[in-house]
Amino acid sequence: MDVRKQQLTFYTLLLVATLAALAWGTRTAGTQGAAFALFASFTLGGGLMCIWERSVVRSAFSLMATFCGVAGLFVLLGHDYLAMAQILIYVGGILVLILFGVMLTPPDLKERQLPRVGLGVVLVLGTLLAVGAKVAATVEWARADTLPQIESRADYIGAAFLRAEDGYLVPFELAAVLLTVALVAAVYIARRKPSDLVDPAEEGGY
Amino acid sequence: MNDGNAIYRFLQPLAPDFVGDWGVVVTAAMVGVGIVVAIVSVIAMVSVWLERKVSAHIQCRYGPMYVGGWHGWAQTIADGVKLLTKEDLIPVGADRMLFMLSPSILLGALFAAMAALPLAPAFYFGWFDLGVFMILAFSSLTTIGVVMAGWASNSKWSLYGAMREAAQVVAYEIPLGVSLLAPLLVAGTFNLVEASHDQADFFGMGWFVFKNPFVAAASVVFFIAVLAETKRAPFDLPEAESELVAGFLTEYSGIRWSFFFMEEYAAMFLMSAVTAFFFFGGFESPFTYLAHEAFGDGIGYQLVCFATLAVKGFAGIFLMMWLRWTLPRLRIDQVMTMGYKYLTPIALLCVLGAGLWEGLKYALF
Repeated sequence: MDVRKQQLTFYTLLLVATLAALAWGTRTAGTQGAAFALFASFTLGGGLMCIWERSVVRSAFSLMATFCGVAGLFVLLGHDYLAMAQILIYVGGILVLILFGVMLTPPDLKERQLPRVGLGVVLVLGTLLAVGAKVAATVEWARADTLPQIESRADYIGAAFLRAEDGYLVPFELAAVLLTVALVAAVYIARRKPSDLVDPAEEGGY
Repeated sequence: MNDGNAIYRFLQPLAPDFVGDWGVVVTAAMVGVGIVVAIVSVIAMVSVWLERKVSAHIQCRYGPMYVGGWHGWAQTIADGVKLLTKEDLIPVGADRMLFMLSPSILLGALFAAMAALPLAPAFYFGWFDLGVFMILAFSSLTTIGVVMAGWASNSKWSLYGAMREAAQVVAYEIPLGVSLLAPLLVAGTFNLVEASHDQADFFGMGWFVFKNPFVAAASVVFFIAVLAETKRAPFDLPEAESELVAGFLTEYSGIRWSFFFMEEYAAMFLMSAVTAFFFFGGFESPFTYLAHEAFGDGIGYQLVCFATLAVKGFAGIFLMMWLRWTLPRLRIDQVMTMGYKYLTPIALLCVLGAGLWEGLKYALF
């Protein structure tokens, strides 16, 4: 199969799977189910595209669908703050850094080795199914209607986070110190040492 | 206050029975999308005309004078028609899918951010407790659109533009968020309507910049970061028409190209409005105070609030244009230096000072 046909097959399959998920979600849980199916397809579809695409940059862009899908799932769970933080940090920060790193790589134009991809997919799917079946059988699932109602207001989150008796003030401060140490260390490693600064005239000029 | 969408509230009593609640929700959503799209288009239209006139007057020219009669007011409409009918070019070597997707991502993110912007105290598209956080999150998505456009064009100029955008984002995103923390400390809320309401004292002049000197300092940092966020000169490195042809826009033409500019001008208005809400009073001004005395919470008051917001937004846009046509462009290393070495520490100090000031005020009074 040539590349065009492979792409077409893959994306058609992805679209069909998404539509099927949408139909199934709508049938079982109405609007909420449809929304869940949509965001879940974004998450999983983005991940699949990330594996499938041969160009690293395209893979990185497909991660955006994954991150936005996860944010949508957070919104469905009533955690607006987490959803917005997910978009701000993962799409606005981490994904930009990833793209900055891979933007200059050329697309890998070698023929895609379908047997190897197929083997990988089978292995991953098999493991996932085995583990998933075990988890589904053993875990007692929390249901949305039995969970306590969560206020996703910023002041509520802040108060719960920094409360003196059962808050997370110390871990929060420790994380801040750790990040500062990491930043300073990164600057220390990347900084220009005096030996790097050679006068161009001495080197024979540009 | 937390009663959902204003359009839904307006439509619900009017809807006939057979439509049902679901029909009203869908209609309200469609009307909301229509309003946001209309606002974005009108802002872009007015701003493009304004930019031409402002730049012309700064350079001792007239700018557009003929189309439409009065000072060429219809020039942007004529340009829009031209762009709509222009051939839609996609370069042969381009990544077609990403090339076509990037303007949509850019505009989609902008519309999502616009949805969090209240137009009047009683007219908003949704009551978001995390309003400004949502605006920041979705405007950071537009970066991906720009990087995508630059990479998909498969041209070295576009790629350079995209690289610069990515580098610039990393440098200014932190001062943008941190400097906004200072007024957030004073306001105690992320919600734009509530923040605006907190500034209603002193006859509508109790703006956060006047209440706390550190917020005033943070407003300067925030505005500089906003200039970088909206890719405006002196931070228009991704576009840099005198260095990179047109940067990430080089290969775009026709209506796709104009989408990028719609996004740019609407983002300018959006970020000016956020600046207004958290530093310069939002809806509040002496006129709003008088309107509230005269009309209560009625429609007249809402209109004055809307007008105040529009004036403040366009004042911000005017300031951005003034800076653009006055200052030379920074180099990318200067942008980095500015973001990392100056803006970030200053923003952190502003947050610390604003917190101490509020704490002292709380302790003393």
